[in-house]
Amino acid sequence: MPQAKPDGVTPSQTVGPYFAYGLTPGGKYEWNDAFTNNLVTPDTSGERVRVEGTVFDGDGVPIVDCMLEIWQADSQGRFSDPQDKRALPNSSFKGFGRIGTDAKGAYAFDTIKPGQVADPDGKPQAPHIVLAVYARGMLLHLYSRIYFDGEAANAADPVLALVPADRRATLIATRQPGNGNAVYRFDIHLQGDKETVFFDV
Amino acid sequence: MTLVYPVQSLAAHPPRLSPAYKSTVKRSPTKPLIPMRHTLSELTGPVYGHETVREHDHDLTIQGKSEPIGERIIVHGHVLDEDGRGVPNALVELWQANACGRYVHVVDQHPAPLDPNFTGAGRAQTDAEGYYRFVTIKPGAYPWGNHHNAWRPAHIHFSVFGHSFVSRLVTQMYFPGDPLFPFDPIFNSVTDEKARNRMISSFDLDNTKPDWALCYRFNIVLRGRNATPMENS
Repeated sequence: MPQAKPDGVTPSQTVGPYFAYGLTPGGKYEWNDAFTNNLVTPDTSGERVRVEGTVFDGDGVPIVDCMLEIWQADSQGRFSDPQDKRALPNSSFKGFGRIGTDAKGAYAFDTIKPGQVADPDGKPQAPHIVLAVYARGMLLHLYSRIYFDGEAANAADPVLALVPADRRATLIATRQPGNGNAVYRFDIHLQGDKETVFFDV
Repeated sequence: MTLVYPVQSLAAHPPRLSPAYKSTVKRSPTKPLIPMRHTLSELTGPVYGHETVREHDHDLTIQGKSEPIGERIIVHGHVLDEDGRGVPNALVELWQANACGRYVHVVDQHPAPLDPNFTGAGRAQTDAEGYYRFVTIKPGAYPWGNHHNAWRPAHIHFSVFGHSFVSRLVTQMYFPGDPLFPFDPIFNSVTDEKARNRMISSFDLDNTKPDWALCYRFNIVLRGRNATPMENS
């Protein structure tokens, strides 16, 4: 049946306070997870990393009913999506993760550090993970990016270059001390002096 | 071929700061968002296998030991982009209150009964033309603490994945003619009336199943137009 051209997109609405049993059940509800916070598959190559942090509101109060989604390339900079026309990833790494914040507003993702992906001019971007933030009180989700502390490529990244210098640090996950797999801290502030940079995409 | 996503499409969405919906006041950014060109990171998106959606995940009336209480309904529709092209194989997730307006979620304290046969969660994948279909129970209205005597109109939450990470949509489907519409700050956060009406399903007599269930149609329009070859790929 032919469809008339719609007069616009369907507007966004908040996920509200009760999304967990449908979107992030995590064993607490009688529903299975479509996605989890562990992106690593046994056949994935690349450096294992954990990205963790806390989400804060404008009063600096941790947000306990926040949902985060991440999307990233594999360690060779390839996306597990046929729209990426280059060589498809040769592992079962999907590059997508989802988590709800816990009772302290905290989250963690276990993944691998992504490789470099070109910008529309073919210029390499620094390794980054794309982040979407959803919560009660957020009528439309927010997009941000997670970059990694100590990456030489950050200095030449075309997207970081768009961000005022004094706010760039909000996009860079800080390496935590310790042995074993690398742990990076990435707190998210929806408002205030430390407000995370969000992108209009 | 891939799709380019004009940011003008975002005008249909509610402003992030909508003070009548009080929780937005401390949860919306105060600094301007930074415009950027979409790169491969924004223009691609997750692909899920058949394991993501199981055979009966679209039917919320058969998840328990017996049938849930309430008015059985069919909710179906077309996931399409702004040019009217169907979006095939899109993942559609939904969650909702039961017929009494109560969610299974642990923090829902509304003194209305839970239904042991209803979780209120479902999943479907659109077919090759972009159509999806659920069988569920009509959710009830419920009170919330935003202001005195605040009630949410009956609604079903939808989460949809389109062609890319920037076409991701979370929304709510409403039912036609709800008397609570004028009083709901979440529904009215969408300031354009035409856009607001796109969140209201339509009663669908043609697809109502005689002697079994009323049907509602809810088409979901995602960003995406201007099919152009992806450069530098």
